[in-house]
Amino acid sequence: MVVNCEQVWREISNYLEGDIEPGLRTAMEEHIRGCKHCNAVLDGTRNVVQLYGDERMFEVPLGFSQRLQRRLDENMHRDRRGFLGWMVAAAATVLVAGSFEVARSSVSSHPELRSEHAQPGAGVPPDMLVLVASDGKTFHAPGCPFIHDKAHVETIAAREALRAGYAPCVRCMKQYLNAG
Amino acid sequence: MPEEVMSLGNPAGQFNEERLIQRIRGGEHDLFYELIRPYERRAYSAAFAILRNEADAEDAAQAAMLKALKHIRQFRAEARFSTWLIQITVNEARMRKRKEHAHMIEPIVEHQDEEGNYTPRDFADWREIPLETLERKEVRQMLAEALASLGEKYREVFVLRDMQYLSIEETAKALRISTASVKTRLLRARLMLRDLLAPGLGGNWSSKLSFAKGTKPW
Repeated sequence: MVVNCEQVWREISNYLEGDIEPGLRTAMEEHIRGCKHCNAVLDGTRNVVQLYGDERMFEVPLGFSQRLQRRLDENMHRDRRGFLGWMVAAAATVLVAGSFEVARSSVSSHPELRSEHAQPGAGVPPDMLVLVASDGKTFHAPGCPFIHDKAHVETIAAREALRAGYAPCVRCMKQYLNAG
Repeated sequence: MPEEVMSLGNPAGQFNEERLIQRIRGGEHDLFYELIRPYERRAYSAAFAILRNEADAEDAAQAAMLKALKHIRQFRAEARFSTWLIQITVNEARMRKRKEHAHMIEPIVEHQDEEGNYTPRDFADWREIPLETLERKEVRQMLAEALASLGEKYREVFVLRDMQYLSIEETAKALRISTASVKTRLLRARLMLRDLLAPGLGGNWSSKLSFAKGTKPW
């Protein structure tokens, strides 16, 4: 199978999703290897997905959480009315304050992640073989299109990757990450 | 604070989330904030993608979370709670947009032929971008401006799929469109963003986006 530039652009999104037939994937990769333009389009599109997928893009206005908690509290207060409602609000405040304490202590008991915004990888099978790049921050399943610096990757067990501070790729490891 | 509400980023966390939902359904409404806390930023960003105004997005996200609490009994365990919450937020934001912003004019790109092929306008070489650059506010601002310049139908799909990590099917369900439309719009959104960002970010991070000078690439 041979594909031209237009076909590559039409399928580039599905290519990144891993949602194309193996034959088409091979033909696209062959074309991209020899086409500077399509190579640039693939790199750029992949960068778009990676940059916008980063949690740092989720900025909330200052005080957002506090206002949300207050509104929830007010709502519960209105619903229950009287003393019981007040008790609930106070309990919620204590729970939230406690959660920060517990969260802080739990963070300190784990190896430091290379990316502070990464999701924890506790759900990844520890013996699973994954790919890491020495100067990267995430580990990937073989074949993941979001591996940068493919020339310098090595294969190690997920357990080792986690110990070294790598975080799971939110794309190819999605099935093991339930926060998202 | 109960241990079971701590980490939701693993299978045990998922199990704990289910227990938390059960307890809230049982009347312990004060636990609700613990349930939504991991997702509050995502809910806000979903609302912002639609409303494009901080105050409106915050109000819509808060209202959506109150609705989630009110209707928590309708949540079905086969879905992810985060997906359900984002869907409620999208519905809330869309409803508000229809009511309050009907007069606003969408960018011209909204009216492009969705089914037609999209030709990348720029072939600027945009190799690896270190994610550390996101620490810089001006870079995040550039990305936010580029996203805001997309037509609503492209922006919604892109945000739900590429920022909220909903699946193609979940995105289609949340927006009440077909999976084929999701794929087409997603392709367009990604290519348009690449066209907008590659010339500015390809070699020089401090340079301005081309559209910032008033010359959109389409």
